[in-house]
Amino acid sequence: MEMQQFYYDNKIVKKFLYACIIFGVVGMLVGLILAIMFLFPNLTDGISFLSFGRLRPLHTNAVIFAFVGNAIFAGVYYSMQRLLKTRMYSDLLSNINFWGWQLIIVAAAITLPLGYSTSKEYAELEWPIDIAIALIWMVFGINMIMTILKRRERHIYVAIWFYIATFVTVAILHIFNSLELPVSGLKSYSVYAGVQDALVQWWYGHNAVAFFLTTPFLGLMYYFVPKVANRPVYSYRLSIIHFWSLIFIYIWAGPHHLLYTALPDWAQNLGVVFSVMLIAPSWGGMINGLLTLRGVWDKVRTDAVLKFFVVAITGYGMATFEGPMLSLKNVNAIAHFTDWIIAHVHVGALAWNGFMTFGMIYWLIPRMTKTKLYSEKLANFHFWIGTLGIILYALPLYVAGFTQASMWKQFNPDGTLVYGNFLETVTQIMPMYWMRAIGGTLYVAGLLVLVYNVIKTVAAGSKVEDELAEEPALAVISSKRMKGEKWHSWLERRPIQFTVLSLVAILIGGIIQIIPTIVVKSNIPTIASVKPYTPMELEGRDLYIREGCVGCHSQMIRPFRSEVERYGEYSKGGEYVYDHPFLWGSKRTGPDLHRVGAKYNDNWHFNHMWDPQSTSPGSIMPGYKWMYDNKPMDYSLIEKKMEVMVTLGVPYTEEDIKNARKSIDEQGALIEKNLHADPDFVKSYEESKKNAATRGEEFVPMKDREITALIAYLQRLGTDIKVKETVQNK
Amino acid sequence: MDTIVGIEIYPIISLSIFFLFFVLLLVWVFSYSKETINELGDIPLKEDN
Repeated sequence: MEMQQFYYDNKIVKKFLYACIIFGVVGMLVGLILAIMFLFPNLTDGISFLSFGRLRPLHTNAVIFAFVGNAIFAGVYYSMQRLLKTRMYSDLLSNINFWGWQLIIVAAAITLPLGYSTSKEYAELEWPIDIAIALIWMVFGINMIMTILKRRERHIYVAIWFYIATFVTVAILHIFNSLELPVSGLKSYSVYAGVQDALVQWWYGHNAVAFFLTTPFLGLMYYFVPKVANRPVYSYRLSIIHFWSLIFIYIWAGPHHLLYTALPDWAQNLGVVFSVMLIAPSWGGMINGLLTLRGVWDKVRTDAVLKFFVVAITGYGMATFEGPMLSLKNVNAIAHFTDWIIAHVHVGALAWNGFMTFGMIYWLIPRMTKTKLYSEKLANFHFWIGTLGIILYALPLYVAGFTQASMWKQFNPDGTLVYGNFLETVTQIMPMYWMRAIGGTLYVAGLLVLVYNVIKTVAAGSKVEDELAEEPALAVISSKRMKGEKWHSWLERRPIQFTVLSLVAILIGGIIQIIPTIVVKSNIPTIASVKPYTPMELEGRDLYIREGCVGCHSQMIRPFRSEVERYGEYSKGGEYVYDHPFLWGSKRTGPDLHRVGAKYNDNWHFNHMWDPQSTSPGSIMPGYKWMYDNKPMDYSLIEKKMEVMVTLGVPYTEEDIKNARKSIDEQGALIEKNLHADPDFVKSYEESKKNAATRGEEFVPMKDREITALIAYLQRLGTDIKVKETVQNK
Repeated sequence: MDTIVGIEIYPIISLSIFFLFFVLLLVWVFSYSKETINELGDIPLKEDN
């Protein structure tokens, strides 16, 4: 057979690897800053773009899409060329993929701290960036499929199946969850409201974990672990079962993020059942990965790369055992909203994604620079300090999670809460937050050791060049099934049909869960007394979104005695019908806010938002001083916002929209009047008027400042159902 | 739409889809010959470098 010469594109792999390392450092440092903010909440006092609520999405997005994302591309571009014995289809597409992705990351790094956020977790980026993500993702997909089509290896190895499923599913998830109606260049509203938005978001959120953090990494595992251990995967049969059952089952499990919420019961239960089933394929995969090392465990003692892989796969096993367990309603009742969940995701992120990536980097960099790793010792040091970091990170948060849950739920014999003040639970777990920050520091220190090791290795090695390879061309055979060829062998050499089939496998679950919730109205009983937000409340809500309040406060009171006692009447699905987007939240670093409306007076909120510790000693909430600046709140888009809401089904009348400014003025004036009830406020308000006059500045009355709009929103929260009347929609 | 007509059939259909899915999957993997499956598993190790 005629041999063909070609070059593997190593340069693109190098670019993605470097980007992965750089953004890994950035993303994890931001995470560390956030961990330290739990200890020193006013660390960045007064600096809006460095406040906790805005940095948190920056951390999650940087780690998921920049660090892990670039690691995926690096691993996929390296392994796919070799598994298919061909160069990538198009250098141009590869480079568009690379530069486009980095541009998106930079756009995220600028917009998120500035407060441009949709507030939907791991989908916070605003609509123009969403479109860019979709386009670049398509470029990646096309490049991949076309590479498969021009391959020199008949069978498509199982790692590539995982890559294909990743491409297809992330595209679907991203597009459907990001459906939003723009208000302006960087502001949009989700087309879904309340319960439906929650379901779509967690169908996305859970499957982003599945198809961005898991399936591509399983593909990498199926390539790199055999490669490094120099033995084939333990069972190729098992890997096929692993693949199909994982992608088929994973997609159903999203509702486990919404147990005991206002989501219809049938959807919750479906989510639970499939989440429990997930343990089978997940552990099948873990076992397959670990048993690949049978007979070479002695190598694990000395080889840092294998060590990283073993802990990564073990971390995967732990996280995927914990996942189904957390999905059980009784366990979820304890764990949800607590720090347990933070521990759970970090076992996945730090061990599975982080260690898999580090192992890959330590293996690839010397190979591509044709040298040896600068220091095997340092790599081993990184491994140990990283492992210690993971343990020190996760264990304290497990303790914190249990402490929170048990304190939240404890009753006195007379039926009152033992820890009625939320702050008692916060101050109790401060030592755990300290330990977590130390664990995080160790982990980041390990990463910095990697950076040093990589720089030294690259400096000593030769320039990364494309690599010459020689393979026979693939003989042209019929695209139809050949005589004696089994159906699956045929499928395994037909990438397009294969992609379509995996698309079908993932669509079934999504369709069965989402369509009934959207079309069957009885799933969301409407409540007659629930009315749309006033213009000022709507604007206040957008401030709540901008500041990322949802990162620490839920708006979802579960129907538990302990929660009803603490927060008030439990939340009903019908209360959220005008919430584009929903703001249920997933973590209670602070208390739930769904019934905070009318609980305190306006002055309390005014003082609390300025200096939370003044009203709530021991609080770890930062102040929001920039909302008090002597600047008028920007209401310029209010009519447009209301019109967009009308398009989405919120019943504002034309008159409502026409009178928006007047209504804002009146509501603001009322709040300002209420604030005058506090003599301290009056005193400092008069003083600041004088100060503005001496400075020659124009004085903006309090009613026109941002804080007033926020107070308007907070005071509205959960007040609609004081009149209890549920009406089934016709 | 208030309810779905004939919803009772759904669980039965779901169970059948599931059962069939996994039976087919087993048929799929066990219809490989030992040699083929080993060959496929060796793909990552076949490169020269």
